[in-house]
Amino acid sequence: MKSLADLEAIRAKTLENIAMRKDHNDAARVVVGMATCGIAAGARPVMLQFVEEIKKRNLEHVTVSQTGCIGMCRLEPMVDVIMPGKEKVTYVKVKPEMVARIVAEHIVNGRPVEEYTIGAAE
Amino acid sequence: MNLYRAHVLVCGGTGCSSSGSAQLIERFEQQLKEKGLEKEVQVVRTGCFGLCEAGPVVIVYPEGTFYSRVKVEDVDEIVSEHLLKGRKVQHLVYVDHATKESTVQKSLDEVGFYKQQERLALRNCGVIDPENIDEYIAFDGYKALAKALTEMTPEEVIKVVLDSGLRGRGGAGFPTGRKWQFAAASKADQKYIICNADEGDPGAFMDRSILEGDPHSVIEAMTIGGYAIGATEGYVYVRAEYPIAVGRLQTAIDQAREYGLLGKNIFGSGFDFDMHIRLGAGAFVCGEETALMHSIEGMRGEPTPKPPFPAVRGLFDKPSNINNVETYANIPLIINKGADWFKSIGTPGNSGTKVFALGGKINNTGLVEIPMGTSLRTVIYDIGGGIPNGKKFKAVQTGGPSGGCIPAEHLDIAIDYDSLTSIGSMMGSGGMIVMDEDNCMVDIARFFLDFTVDESCGKCTPCRVGTRRMLEILERITEGKGEEGDIEKLEALAENIKATALCGLGQTAPNPVLSTLKYFRDEYEAHIKEKRCPAHHCQKLLNYVITDKCRGCTLCSKVCPAGAISGTVKEQHVIDTTKCLKCGACIEKCRFGAIIKN
Repeated sequence: MKSLADLEAIRAKTLENIAMRKDHNDAARVVVGMATCGIAAGARPVMLQFVEEIKKRNLEHVTVSQTGCIGMCRLEPMVDVIMPGKEKVTYVKVKPEMVARIVAEHIVNGRPVEEYTIGAAE
Repeated sequence: MNLYRAHVLVCGGTGCSSSGSAQLIERFEQQLKEKGLEKEVQVVRTGCFGLCEAGPVVIVYPEGTFYSRVKVEDVDEIVSEHLLKGRKVQHLVYVDHATKESTVQKSLDEVGFYKQQERLALRNCGVIDPENIDEYIAFDGYKALAKALTEMTPEEVIKVVLDSGLRGRGGAGFPTGRKWQFAAASKADQKYIICNADEGDPGAFMDRSILEGDPHSVIEAMTIGGYAIGATEGYVYVRAEYPIAVGRLQTAIDQAREYGLLGKNIFGSGFDFDMHIRLGAGAFVCGEETALMHSIEGMRGEPTPKPPFPAVRGLFDKPSNINNVETYANIPLIINKGADWFKSIGTPGNSGTKVFALGGKINNTGLVEIPMGTSLRTVIYDIGGGIPNGKKFKAVQTGGPSGGCIPAEHLDIAIDYDSLTSIGSMMGSGGMIVMDEDNCMVDIARFFLDFTVDESCGKCTPCRVGTRRMLEILERITEGKGEEGDIEKLEALAENIKATALCGLGQTAPNPVLSTLKYFRDEYEAHIKEKRCPAHHCQKLLNYVITDKCRGCTLCSKVCPAGAISGTVKEQHVIDTTKCLKCGACIEKCRFGAIIKN
């Protein structure tokens, strides 16, 4: 390593992977329902798609975590997206191909994808 | 590189390692593989989290869930419940001592133990993998070195450190910037920079934890220091009893060399620097800087009088600068964030934070880092979680064998170098041993003196003979053979040793006696005049008595090795105090709590 640029390159590359260990109050959270019902309905590929999408776009302040069953098993896979300082938005019957749009419109641009939300489904 | 969605951090500090954290890591890796999660979840061995009492500790991110006392059998449950299904394993989550609340819904920063801490020196401990230089770099590692070498002159580096007000964390509190100034001012063809990692105070382990949890911070800081004073070679003197720390430091040095962060022409600046580890055999006196340097040179670890100071004539007779591990750990932050930022933490004249090793009669034993000026009460009750078993706080010992005992009346004192000295103790390296009503203060003084007598190198008479005489008097007192005039003799000896001993070890050795005499003189007097130990601690001063709770079950008389207990079945038994060995076997056996010590 001979320059600041080299150092910065290593920093940026590694930080992407371990940033979640510093507590961010400004972090956006994606919470995927991963109880038996969620898993059976296909929550795992959905969650992996979120991880993939976030990595692709280099979003440092987004964490993906899991939660249990909240009782509306018929609407699984369910995903909550919580933007800092905003009400949580719940998406239902999420499929992997819907993920890219949720990330782009909601997490990046702050506009929830209305048609995927629980309000639209009910 | 894989992007993991969750990280499992397992403490690999000495404390948690000895309670089996290595097996936990193995089990996690195996279980994750079995469940097909190995590409989603990363397992990381980190340094010490500080809450050693709750070890082995496992933290799961992104939630920041804090699992305590995790056993190998628990791993399967964490993997299948938390990592697979996202349900936290409630019964393993750490319970806050102070509030008795489970921390399931909280993130790490909100746990009482961490809430009032400010982790600077320990910033990366328990957060990064200490054996992965990239993770250190990710959290701004080596950025300060780059800044110093490419944007600053050595004089500017020294000025920032001087302006920050950073004082030596090894205990004496000498301004670090001044030390660097002196060493920089000395002219020589070769200078050295040394790290004192010969942590010898009983109960103190912050230096070990920093080397184990964040070894690169010390390497970076020493390189910066080398640049500032004009040294191209560094030595870390660390005791051989710290094998994990030594191993990780060596790994870190190798990685830094590979990256060109040690070696020739670092960052293209033309500055060369490399460093070596020297193992110490664990002698307390080798924490004294002149003794330490003799030991590195391969000679006996004995101190020599100062002056000449190391900055003028130090290691191999060359100008040298020597700082403590924790001091170095602060340097990169100061370079990155500036002197004013550092001064904004702590109190005027005492900037920054200090790490304390909490031990003794306290719920949350472990490592805590607090801003200077925090009150002792906050450390002991809010962070430390108070005294176990509802006992009463009696005193806290700071500064190890060189420090003193602080009684309850000074609990609200703001902790800094000067305040502790003013009440007869000292900061020292940061050991903090809490004592409750069951601790005898005479015995505590005897314990610390016993340590110094053991560790005295024997070079100067006041320390070699004087401390031994003091110990003999203290032993007599605790055995009930104290005489009138003993206290005065102790005081006279203490003053003489303080004034005439060659090095810091001897000069401060009487402190535990003087401070206990100052605050707990009545306990000394009770031992000497009434042959009584008020804390019921000194075995030879206790009498075992059977009270009327006795049902006459005869168990005690059967277990007594001296045959000192007599009595008939179903009637109260009696102990013959002339035969009694005070071994306590009868108390352990008695089912009715009928035997007491007084």
